[in-house]
Amino acid sequence: MGGNFDNAGEVSSNIKTVLKQIGLPKDVIRKAALVAYESEINIVSYARKGMIRLRVVPESIMIEAIDEGQGIPDIEQAMQPGFSTANQKIREMGFGAGMGLCNIKSFSDVFHISSEVGKGTHLRMIIRASSAVLNS
Amino acid sequence: MTLHEIRKLLDAEVLIGEDQLDMEVKTAFVADLMSDVLAFATAGSLLITGLTNPQVVRTADVLDIAAIIMGRGKRPSQETFQLAEEVNIPILTTKYILFEIAGRLYAKGIRGCIEKVGSK
Ligand SMILES: Nc1ncnc2c1ncn2[C@@H]1O[C@H](COP(=O)(O)OP(=O)(O)OP(=O)(O)O)[C@@H](O)[C@H]1O
Ligand SMILES: [Mg+2]
Repeated sequence: MGGNFDNAGEVSSNIKTVLKQIGLPKDVIRKAALVAYESEINIVSYARKGMIRLRVVPESIMIEAIDEGQGIPDIEQAMQPGFSTANQKIREMGFGAGMGLCNIKSFSDVFHISSEVGKGTHLRMIIRASSAVLNS
Repeated sequence: MTLHEIRKLLDAEVLIGEDQLDMEVKTAFVADLMSDVLAFATAGSLLITGLTNPQVVRTADVLDIAAIIMGRGKRPSQETFQLAEEVNIPILTTKYILFEIAGRLYAKGIRGCIEKVGSK
């Protein structure tokens, strides 16, 4: 899906639909859709190709975004709010605020990022399903 | 306020969601940066924007936004229109600039979905 903006966001919509069918709480679904969406936009923006993997267990949702592409030279810098290398095309779509990775981190309960320049980037996010659901 | 009242107030045209005008909203967020919307906008709010591409609808869908208001006379692109129909999110368009939209809504009791960043 790298480089193609036409369907950007479709994967996240599908994830949302699946999680709704499972019947998870709204705010959990919203967090999951959000982190998937920001990841998806980053793959489309900065990678050659990539995929989003979703795993649901009763206690939590795990979302992984794995891409082949340029990678991130300085992860600490990329995680800074406001840091962005987005080009004009990305900015025209309303992205490039340098907020994506921060958003992903703040909406996840567990966040892990690794990247290799010239190879690609791997994000792993875990969102806990609320305890209300576990007890019900 | 209902979308019905908002349409009147903003002299807006309803492009999608004619059947959802009874929907009640209390909060709104104005932005042309989708990552800021994703960071701060809350479920059930209005999204007021000058952007018209499909990512506006995707963003609104991800966040369970109640309705999109496009200001400055902006209209959705063909793809944006189709996507909004698919996910069933109302789109209103008005010639008022974003400042006027926000001011008019605020005067009628609509509030920001957060007041300041970092406050929640
Ligand atoms: N998957 C990726 N592959 C390569 N570089 C990436 C990837 N994801 C992020 N980056 C780099 O990290 C920077 C920051 O990413 P982040 O998502 O936080 O902000 P952004 O995409 O620039 O803007 P926003 O997400 O707010 O629209 C990007 O500009 C890009 O340089
Ligand atoms: Mg991003």
